[in-house]
Amino acid sequence: MSTATETIEDLVKTEYKYGFVTDVETESAPPGLSEDTIRMISRKKNEPEWLTEWRLKSYRHWLTLTEPAWQKAHHAKIDYQAICYFSQPKPKKDAPKSLDEVDPKLLETYEKLGIPLRERGRLAGVAVDAIFDSVSVGTTFRKQLAEKGVIFCSFTEAVHEHPELVKKYLGSVVPYTDNFYAALNSAVFTDGSFCYIPKDVRCPMELSTYFRINAANTGQFERTLIVADDASHVSYLEGCTAPMRDENQLHAAVVELVAMEGAEIKYSTVQNWYPGDENGKGGIYNFVTKRGLCKGRNSKITWTQVETGSAITWKYPSCILQGDNSVGEFYSVAVTNNYQQADTGTKMVHIGKNTRSTIISKGISAGHGQNSYRGLVKIQKSATHARNFSQCDSMLIGSKCGAHTFPYIEVKNTTASVEHEASTSKIGEDQIFYCNQRGIATQDAVNLIVNGFCKEVFKELPMEFAVEAQKLLGVSLEGSVG
Amino acid sequence: MSKPILEIKNLHAGVEGKQILKGISLTIHPGEVHAVMGPNGSGKSTLAAVLAGRDGYDITAGGVLYQGKDLLDLAPEERAREGVFLAFQYPVEIPGVNSTYFLKAALNEVRKHHGQPELDAMEFLTLVKEKMKLMELKDDLLKRSVNEGFSGGEKKRAEIFQMAVLDPKLAILDETDSGLDIDALKVVSQGVNKLKSADNAQLVITHYQRLLNYIVPDFVHVLVDGRIVKSGGKELALELEARGYDWILKGEAASVV
Repeated sequence: MSTATETIEDLVKTEYKYGFVTDVETESAPPGLSEDTIRMISRKKNEPEWLTEWRLKSYRHWLTLTEPAWQKAHHAKIDYQAICYFSQPKPKKDAPKSLDEVDPKLLETYEKLGIPLRERGRLAGVAVDAIFDSVSVGTTFRKQLAEKGVIFCSFTEAVHEHPELVKKYLGSVVPYTDNFYAALNSAVFTDGSFCYIPKDVRCPMELSTYFRINAANTGQFERTLIVADDASHVSYLEGCTAPMRDENQLHAAVVELVAMEGAEIKYSTVQNWYPGDENGKGGIYNFVTKRGLCKGRNSKITWTQVETGSAITWKYPSCILQGDNSVGEFYSVAVTNNYQQADTGTKMVHIGKNTRSTIISKGISAGHGQNSYRGLVKIQKSATHARNFSQCDSMLIGSKCGAHTFPYIEVKNTTASVEHEASTSKIGEDQIFYCNQRGIATQDAVNLIVNGFCKEVFKELPMEFAVEAQKLLGVSLEGSVG
Repeated sequence: MSKPILEIKNLHAGVEGKQILKGISLTIHPGEVHAVMGPNGSGKSTLAAVLAGRDGYDITAGGVLYQGKDLLDLAPEERAREGVFLAFQYPVEIPGVNSTYFLKAALNEVRKHHGQPELDAMEFLTLVKEKMKLMELKDDLLKRSVNEGFSGGEKKRAEIFQMAVLDPKLAILDETDSGLDIDALKVVSQGVNKLKSADNAQLVITHYQRLLNYIVPDFVHVLVDGRIVKSGGKELALELEARGYDWILKGEAASVV
């Protein structure tokens, strides 16, 4: 092996920064899953009857399903009875009424993570809902958002304060029958974020959720529901971290987006769950169902994801393009290092006329990492003049990693146009030497090259998060000139 | 006479046990232009690669002094920061990395190395505009990614433009004429000539004499099978053009016998 390759491999061996554990007392349900567990969760959350029933229906359906095995990723069998399905920081008296009552240790945790949870965050102009283990810790900026009629709160609060909206849209995009993990989530989800943007409102700030798994042996099953009413606009970001633990932890979230006529939802993810150590021990299993429905005409949903964490990432943020002229976009950077595995991509289902979709996927594999792009472009009979463009690029660093591409295309309308481009490249010693010869050291050269490779995706992220994402990849900020 | 910029002494180098350079000696002083000519496979590009510090070559004997320092002891980026510039035969594409950004990063590495303050965006752009005029370069080239989608001529011009910005002490031009039509060759050569000064030196590596019509060397060295078999003035290049490498090869054979 040449020295250049060794250096590259050293570089990708950066340690996980967010692996600390916060020492707060938690109240947890005993491990195991049964109808009683579900009733307990529902009772703890003081939920209405219909929701308890919905959970139970989901659970009963889940029991009939078997774990899917078609993905490229391999993992030891998950013992669903060994997982704790509910964990929350122990409340001092009752639930905190305002941020001042939130356990300072929790706030400290979020500060370590760089989340502007306190109102100081006003400067950053980002409204944050933070989910710690299973419960929502506090939502910032609620008042300013309320002035515009924007609802942004924890899922639990939404169930109590906006039951009609929750009831109408919960499971409308990802039904509990959708898949194994969606059914499990529907049965046991504990919290998450809810967001409603009224007609003609442009949400005045970026909305953000920060997820953190803290307790050991806990699964995190959050649920996010975003509804953008006619001609509204919202940009939403989620970030995720978890402590370093030797056991694998399960994260099975469901995200549902609904865009009405002329509405636009931009959903960005920076996923940095603990990936396991360099020998592949520990790490998060990130099995997530994310789907957006472009329900109205001229609506648009954009998924942007930067996936750097998790032992296994298995997710396909998708768009159902139902409204005529609706647009779906998917921009993804997935990095796998050490023994990480990612099987990710998207589904674009074209139903309406003149619907358009764009898929840009960048996979970077290093160490023994395995990176798969799996995507479906489906043009239904009704979707006249639908168009899709897909581009899947893979970059390999070192010789023990892998990149795989599984594009599926189904076209039932002859007026449709579907384009697919794919490429695989190795981070070239030629490229590194070229940079070296111009005075740029190898570490900076790798950063430069990887950053350039991901540029098309990074430019889709909101500014603040683009910076975070670039840092996350260990790359220096590019582009102050030109 | 001033101190030499580069002294190559009895340099032996190879790849995976195969000897390619078999004892090269060459001294270059400030203000000089040297041309190394030779047939395919004679070791021209290996010489350039070894001087620039490309990975994968074993130095088995001899050495190289650059401004009195052991050049082979330095990492490639250190050589670059010390003023060794290689204009690549095949400039490398770096997709998504803006050319201006790349060049600014490179220049600031050189400046940092010499204890100079880094240039900010405005200062850098001023410098770039001035150098662009010198190279007659279209400015859209700088808005594009490094070498990505450039034509052969654009790549070579961009190399010489980088050279203009980085202002090296020793420029090694590795087959800069390959793949250029006559017009592009003229433009590139003119650029190189404008960068010549009394303080710097150029080592021009080429297969064909035609480049030397435009970049006129002070010395010509003929490299055959890893050795310099003949050195002379610029007229040697013309003689080679007229009589071909066979003439030298036969001569070498004769001298060995």
